[in-house]
Amino acid sequence: MNLTERLQRRVSETLPYEELMPAEQPIYVHSYVYLFGIATVASFILLIVSGIILSVFGPQWWHSSTVGHFVNSAHFWSVQAFFFFMVLHLWTAFFSGAWRDGRGLTWVSGMVTFLVSILTAFTGYLSQQNFDAQWIGVQGKDALNAVGVGAFFDALNFGQMYGFHIAVLPVIVAGLVGLHLMLVRLRGVVRPYPLDVEAREGARAGAEEVPV
Amino acid sequence: MTPSFMNAPAHYLHIGFVLISTANLLVIILMIVVFVAALLAPLPSRREQS
Repeated sequence: MNLTERLQRRVSETLPYEELMPAEQPIYVHSYVYLFGIATVASFILLIVSGIILSVFGPQWWHSSTVGHFVNSAHFWSVQAFFFFMVLHLWTAFFSGAWRDGRGLTWVSGMVTFLVSILTAFTGYLSQQNFDAQWIGVQGKDALNAVGVGAFFDALNFGQMYGFHIAVLPVIVAGLVGLHLMLVRLRGVVRPYPLDVEAREGARAGAEEVPV
Repeated sequence: MTPSFMNAPAHYLHIGFVLISTANLLVIILMIVVFVAALLAPLPSRREQS
């Protein structure tokens, strides 16, 4: 068996398309709170599309033309929606205990996505080229110097921050979102906590018996 | 053209040790409202519609 065949077998075993693209979902998923995740993904797609347009035409365009202002604003409001829905999705995941029953990696991948997204948004605010960007850069450099990363991550260096914002960090966020979605598909959405106390105690006792 | 309210310093609320801009407080309140509404509002199903 050659390398391609081994890879083919491994992918078909670990990533069956029936689980990656299910046609039905459990009944408890039938609620608006389970739509916050996909609303975050929709905002992320808008962010990527508007971001590509901005990077193609450049800062001169988005500062001076009417269409540039519009796309710049669309990018700004997409990131507001992205964080708005991501935090609501985080609340849903937290209050439903979404890390239970072998879903630890799903939870961790979501949390890491959240942290990298904050860094991406930070470099985005630095790329605005307005007084806000200057203020954030001057304040941020002290924090970055204090944690010892100022030598290779300079908040006052527009070229470096812009490069991080449009090339490095979006690729990492997209990869993490892809991993997160894949894990949600493979492991499914966690069952809600049982309503009555006895069943909850039973579930807890049962969970303790499962080998880690 | 910039709306006049965007061309001025942000309004802040200062209650004891809590210091928060009105805009941030409104967003947090809106998030709580949307979260509670999403929990309580029934999601129409395809079967019910047909």
